[in-house]
Amino acid sequence: MPTASRDIVVSNKLGLHARPAMQFVDVANQFESKVTVHKGGEEPGEADGKSVMQMIILAAVEGTPLRIDADGPDAPAAVEKLVELFETKFGEEE
Amino acid sequence: MKLRDFIVTDAIVAELSASDRDGAIRELVTALACAGAMPQSAVDDVVAALVKREQNGSTGFGKGVAVPHVKHPMVKQMAGTIGRSVNGIDFAALDHQPVYSVVLLLSPENQPQQHLQAMNIVFTNLQKDTFRRFLRQSESRQAVTELIDEADQGK
Repeated sequence: MPTASRDIVVSNKLGLHARPAMQFVDVANQFESKVTVHKGGEEPGEADGKSVMQMIILAAVEGTPLRIDADGPDAPAAVEKLVELFETKFGEEE
Repeated sequence: MKLRDFIVTDAIVAELSASDRDGAIRELVTALACAGAMPQSAVDDVVAALVKREQNGSTGFGKGVAVPHVKHPMVKQMAGTIGRSVNGIDFAALDHQPVYSVVLLLSPENQPQQHLQAMNIVFTNLQKDTFRRFLRQSESRQAVTELIDEADQGK
């Protein structure tokens, strides 16, 4: 089974609050792969990328390092789409 | 951060009289204003902002709970409250189920990190089956207050 993984840093000022968390989960759910988000930094954590509550509990503020892991048939495509959300700052900023 | 750091216990509504989403939001915001947690003059604006936020995407994340929240310029200090509905309220929740427990959170605009921490502690508790069950069973403001104190102590 293919796996894919990418390291990113939360770059939008408001951090991963409810709306981006939901956006992330919506995209993650478009894929069959299991998605896991690992949070680095001072208070490490882990969330199921398809659970809004778990993603909100990560409380990933601006500057938090995250690793997005996908495991499943469409893993590379899933990671690519999910990373794109962070790169475009969830549409929150210019 | 603990629930007690931002939950205004005087504003807890053990039995919401409203039976709809917007009414419940107004009831809780009014309770926060009456408890002195935000200006009375801001009630209409804050309610409108919360309702707009719900329209953009429900904060009914499933399992009978909703967490309406907003960052608002007229809110100077983070403040939250809890409302219970015996009959359940349609929050257009993700799982299409009625909402029995509403945790409402108001944050100032310029403290996103504090807001995320508060959301973290709210959801950490709401994820626990026991917390949700006890909250649904807490029939008075005092019972809800005791529950959040116990949650803060990690019981």
